Amino acid sequence: MVKWTDAERAAITSLWGKIDVGEIGPQALARLLIVYPWTQRHFASFGNLSTNAAILGNPKVAQHGKTVMGGLENAVKNMDDIKNTYTKLSVMHSEKLHVDPDNFRVLAEVISVCVAAKFGPSVFTADVQEAWQKFLAVVVSALGKQYH
Amino acid sequence: MSLTDKDKAAVKALWAKISKSADAIGADALSRMLSVYPQTKTYFSHWPDLSPGSAPVKAHGKKVMGGVALAVSKIDDLTNGLLELSERHAFQMRVDPANFKILSHCILVVVATMFPKDFTPEAHVALDKFLSAAALALSERYR
Repeated sequence: MVKWTDAERAAITSLWGKIDVGEIGPQALARLLIVYPWTQRHFASFGNLSTNAAILGNPKVAQHGKTVMGGLENAVKNMDDIKNTYTKLSVMHSEKLHVDPDNFRVLAEVISVCVAAKFGPSVFTADVQEAWQKFLAVVVSALGKQYH
Repeated sequence: MSLTDKDKAAVKALWAKISKSADAIGADALSRMLSVYPQTKTYFSHWPDLSPGSAPVKAHGKKVMGGVALAVSKIDDLTNGLLELSERHAFQMRVDPANFKILSHCILVVVATMFPKDFTPEAHVALDKFLSAAALALSERYR
């Protein structure tokens, strides 16, 4: 089981409280598709992804970014049992969506970069980054847990 | 995944904007690396002070960004441009090359915090590609 220090819990919940899922989610997903274009393989049904501008303006990308980012809410609410909280989601990503779990790690990095850009060095300090990335690493691990 | 002319132009344009702050970027990136990825501290057991913003961290951050500056200047031939640095990392410092990715991520985070407006998606992909290419060049002499 993951052990969170009081400082880490506080940092994660505080940061989560500041994050606008409707803003960061679309940004993060768009950047994932732009910076790591092979990830577009999972979004063939999303319409025009042919240019950066198309990706940034694509409403399906924005909506899905919001969905994915919103999924982190469950992890924040169940920080002491993220693994079990995400069992169904993990099965879905493996059996139905066929997503390479390395993509979760990559998206987590992109989310951190977007959060860093949004909040700057005085909010997203080294300690906050440590807690936030530890949290995302646990989510990433949970999402990959049911793959076989 | 080699650097296109567009990537190189984007890297040079971004570098022109951020290079004045190179020392600060280096110090912050290194501090974050040591905090967020504590296993990296194993390479610096000889330092008296590993805390964020300490004198050794600042000095070393400056050195690291000097290396990035060199890489920017040799962007058309990173393998040869970084050969000497590769030898040092491989034989003297013996840094596991997996750590280059870690420091690269921290550099991206710091550039994002300090230059959010300039760190567009285009700049992001170009810088990520560039740091990956530089890391590959740094690994050249390992085996």
